[in-house]
Amino acid sequence: MRVGVITFPGTLDDRDAARAVVAGGCEAVSLWHADADLKNVDAVILPGGFSYGDYLRCGAISRFAPVMQLVIEAAGKGMPVLGICNGFQVLCESHLLPGALTRNSDLHFLCRDQEIEITNNSTPWTSSYKAGEKIVIPLKNGEGSFQCDDKTLAELEGEGRVIARYVGQNPNGSRNLIAGITNARGNVVGLMPHPEHAIDELTGPSAAGLGFFTSILNAMVK
Amino acid sequence: MAKIVVDVMLKPEILDPQGNAVASALPRLGFSFAKSVRQGKRFEIEVEGEPSAAQLAEVEKAAEVLLSNPIIENYVVRVEK
Repeated sequence: MRVGVITFPGTLDDRDAARAVVAGGCEAVSLWHADADLKNVDAVILPGGFSYGDYLRCGAISRFAPVMQLVIEAAGKGMPVLGICNGFQVLCESHLLPGALTRNSDLHFLCRDQEIEITNNSTPWTSSYKAGEKIVIPLKNGEGSFQCDDKTLAELEGEGRVIARYVGQNPNGSRNLIAGITNARGNVVGLMPHPEHAIDELTGPSAAGLGFFTSILNAMVK
Repeated sequence: MAKIVVDVMLKPEILDPQGNAVASALPRLGFSFAKSVRQGKRFEIEVEGEPSAAQLAEVEKAAEVLLSNPIIENYVVRVEK
């Protein structure tokens, strides 16, 4: 199973994401932002970082990268797509996911281990977890406050599309403690904290992030 | 040469931590006039000659798809003499 990992100029976490893909049992395929070619991948990850320097708005310019036009088309046909941190911002700017990520409410860039609860384990990226399972993975961003209008929030909650929530104090002002969401079809997932940094207890706060990457293998083998 | 200006502001209901930080810095410097502060972005776009209606319509479109994120921001397009 081939999982593409996109590198934009300014992406930071593509290596860790590719490593996590391999640890999860899939083949990692590097994709370059300027290539209009998905190299026959079965799923795509948009990793974290500061694509295009976060100029204009986080993810606003990446959304128009040649490779993104193919990702948007493939996502529309059901291909699993995971956006982590900056990748989540790109997915919102691309309108593959609703809402937007805005400046953390206290203005601080946060970098810490964060407990989250997996609240939807029916997506191809979260099926390895039990519903309600709590995991600790790194959170590191300056613009991670999930915002949307009341109607969108009611839809997300009503349809069970919040896939992860922060546990304890709200770290960044996100509405309803939202750490991650999915689209109506359930194939596109955006997550602010970083599971790819928590696949090995030697270097991460836990190895519990690996579940996102074993989930995608299971989803594609089915 | 004319200048088209696009002002982009966060919608009123969206929290603006940067504006709040500025608002709380002002009194520390002895400025007591501000009830609140909202921070936004301003784009200055130079065009040859007087902007045509078609050009302005294009700028409106660009403001909608790129310069602003309509989910969280409003924009205003105007010509500056």
